[in-house]
Amino acid sequence: MLAAAGRRVGGRLLAAIPAVFGVVVLTFLVMRVLPGDPAVYFAGGPSAGQAEIDALRAEMGLDRPVPVQLMYYLRDVATGDLGRSLTTGQPVMTDIRQRLPASLELTFTALLLALVAAIPLGILAALRPGSAVDHVVRFLCTMGVCMPTFVTGLLLIYVFYYLLGWSPDPTGRIDIFASTPPEITGFLLLDFALTGDWDGWRAAFTQLILPAATMALFVLAPLARMTRASMLAVLGGDFIRTARAMGLPGWRIIVVYALRNALLPVLTIAGIVFSTMLGANVLVEKVFSWPGVASYALDALQASDYAPVQGFVLLMASIFVVVNLVIDLLYGLADPRAVAE
Amino acid sequence: MTAKLLEVEDLRVAFDTRRGTVEALRGISFAVPAGGVLGIVGESGSGKSVASLAVMGLLDRAGSVTGGRIRFDGQDITHAGGAELRRLRGAALSMIFQNPRAALNPIRGIGRQIADVLRAHRPLTRAQARDKAVALLEAVRIRDAARRADAFPHELSGGMCQRVMIAMAMACEPRLIIADEPTTGLDVTTQKAVMDLLAGLTRERGMAMVLITHDLGLAAQYCDEVTVMEQGRVVESAPPGRLFGAPREAYTRRLVAACPTPSSTIAGLTPDAPPLPAAPVPATLPPGTPLLLEVQGLKKRFPDGTLAVDDVSFTMRPGESLGLVGESGSGKSTISRMVTRLIDASEGEIIFEGESIGAIPARDFHRAPQRSQVQIVFQDAGESLNPRFSAFDSIADPLRRLAGLRDSASLRRAVEDAADGVGLPRALLDRYPHQLSGGQRARVGIARAISVQPRLLVLDEPTAALDVSVQAVVLQLLEKLRREKGLAYLFVSHDLNVVRMLCDRLIVLRQGRIVEEGDSARVFRSPAAEYTAQLIAAIPHFRPEVVEA
Repeated sequence: MLAAAGRRVGGRLLAAIPAVFGVVVLTFLVMRVLPGDPAVYFAGGPSAGQAEIDALRAEMGLDRPVPVQLMYYLRDVATGDLGRSLTTGQPVMTDIRQRLPASLELTFTALLLALVAAIPLGILAALRPGSAVDHVVRFLCTMGVCMPTFVTGLLLIYVFYYLLGWSPDPTGRIDIFASTPPEITGFLLLDFALTGDWDGWRAAFTQLILPAATMALFVLAPLARMTRASMLAVLGGDFIRTARAMGLPGWRIIVVYALRNALLPVLTIAGIVFSTMLGANVLVEKVFSWPGVASYALDALQASDYAPVQGFVLLMASIFVVVNLVIDLLYGLADPRAVAE
Repeated sequence: MTAKLLEVEDLRVAFDTRRGTVEALRGISFAVPAGGVLGIVGESGSGKSVASLAVMGLLDRAGSVTGGRIRFDGQDITHAGGAELRRLRGAALSMIFQNPRAALNPIRGIGRQIADVLRAHRPLTRAQARDKAVALLEAVRIRDAARRADAFPHELSGGMCQRVMIAMAMACEPRLIIADEPTTGLDVTTQKAVMDLLAGLTRERGMAMVLITHDLGLAAQYCDEVTVMEQGRVVESAPPGRLFGAPREAYTRRLVAACPTPSSTIAGLTPDAPPLPAAPVPATLPPGTPLLLEVQGLKKRFPDGTLAVDDVSFTMRPGESLGLVGESGSGKSTISRMVTRLIDASEGEIIFEGESIGAIPARDFHRAPQRSQVQIVFQDAGESLNPRFSAFDSIADPLRRLAGLRDSASLRRAVEDAADGVGLPRALLDRYPHQLSGGQRARVGIARAISVQPRLLVLDEPTAALDVSVQAVVLQLLEKLRREKGLAYLFVSHDLNVVRMLCDRLIVLRQGRIVEEGDSARVFRSPAAEYTAQLIAAIPHFRPEVVEA
């Protein structure tokens, strides 16, 4: 059983290599095609002398033909070197390692919030299709989807920071005057909890809740709608009728019989949603000055700073592979039929 | 008045649909005494399942009881509330459903599902409930019950799933069990085992049963009293011997006549239909007539290693009808698909009119000249018609592709000829499959196959999904076509009675091998193989001439 699971994981990871390789090559080529010359940018703009620009270009290796550059890049990636960011002056690996926990913490919290809200809403809507509850849920979902995240974010800031004053200054992961916990995992909430600093934990949490809620609202719709559709399909199934015919208690039918079956497709959607959120939360990171990887990649893109963008895309591709794998394994645990295949 | 356990009086049920209110039950009455067995028979749309769901209070949202009374054990439960019904269901009255695999929770172990029922009605601990569940699985004769209790429905056969369902329904010793088509979709031998088990257990424990079925033979064999329903009404109600021996109502008479029995003939199934044309094909062909089909040493191994067909050989003469009989997994459908060249054989020869067609790969066979000569009619007429094609398009498709008919006038003529041939009214040609009845779809499927004038028609359970009265009409049609056109049939079926009527010769298959082969009447009268005898014995039947004294 375990050996079979291990073989499956290995097989999936091996199968993902060509896809990741393709993504790396494609991003590399696209970056080279895009307008903008990093040498000009970093030489200090158009006023810099041509000799200076040429020297910088030679130093960055941009004077060599593109295929040769690609070869060097691939060799570096294979040895774990993603290059150096010209904007921050640090290796891209270091930058990402510093910023990824911020993005992951935000995304995980947002996904958790979204699931906690979406699943009960979806269930309620499915139990009474066409009722007032169903319409309210549909309205909420539509609002969440059709409002751009930066508008939702600004609205939330306006209400909770400006009008009510409940939340702290919406910039960054933690108040600049507060002390940061020793870095253990990079996840502030975890680090504070591990060191037992509950005041710090609360500070980080209040800082996190607004951006997380903004993102959660955005992905509420797919999750709630999927829960509703999947619950409706399962509730119409023969085995639910059997459970009712056997006189099982109502909540047991809904939770144990219907929901567990209905969650299988929701799991798939949650995986997709997670991967999209990680890349798409750049707007939220910008609005809340969140020091995450997405805003880092966007800054680099504007500066024609190749290495961070390429590193970011590679990171996203790898995360996508891992998330899909995890979803697959969870699916195997949740659905005994999936293992048989 | 004897104590009735369940009494249904003048029950009316209506469904709200988009096209207004539809009355599904129009005042039906029946009663079941304690420990008695009542059969409710009827064809699709008769309302027999709605009646059972109404008794259980399981009608879906659109349906509601609009009149009449349901009394269980002296208590009026017509409009009982949720809590009251929940206490009764599973504990005092319970239900067994059709399609047992879908009726069980796919991601919960079967033992736990039975334990769920027990714990819903009795104060048992988890461990006690599990022990009881294992005991129940043993009672329904599931071998190695303690280990199987952790199995999931997809790991069990259909027959085993239905045993689990029976164990669930009996878990709390209810006084009444409603079994709604409990064996539809199961093999005959499995059906017999399941029904014997169900009847035995209910009798032992003094439970009453309502058996809902479309199979008159099944009702006759297991019930004390049978109620016939048609379009939401009760037609008549009587003990099976009287009902099937001397039916009073015209509808019952037609239904009884349409049911294949060991002695029925195709003409006898539909007494009102015009007589069949005389058989044009002489019984003995002149010597030297080449064989139509010769199959030698046919084998099929699927990629997962199962040997579905193992060394099967047979021959067919022109205009002959040969039956392939077997239970699920016998390889009969695989053979039919290989002969029709839809899939490739692993080994063996298929020779059609002296030419080897087995060597032509299945994916290229549509270009072979023999494609129009060998045609197939599929089991599920609804599923095998393109939902976006009208009946006309479906029949015209092979004419366009295989016969090369392009101009619209001659195409229309050919399609109409085919439709006339199968008795499909021309007005229906513009309809889409969902606008046609089951019998009409079957006719479209047959018309599509015969439109290109094939010599060999492979019929893969063409009547399995049809009501008996529709089946009778389709069988009549097939026999008529065979006699008129001199078609040869390779008829694949699990129903020995049907095969016997339509085929001169039959082959009994089991696990991919030929068990017995011979003249239909002979095989039926004195089967040589033990397995054939079992199959014949397992067919539920009634013998009106014997029962009615």
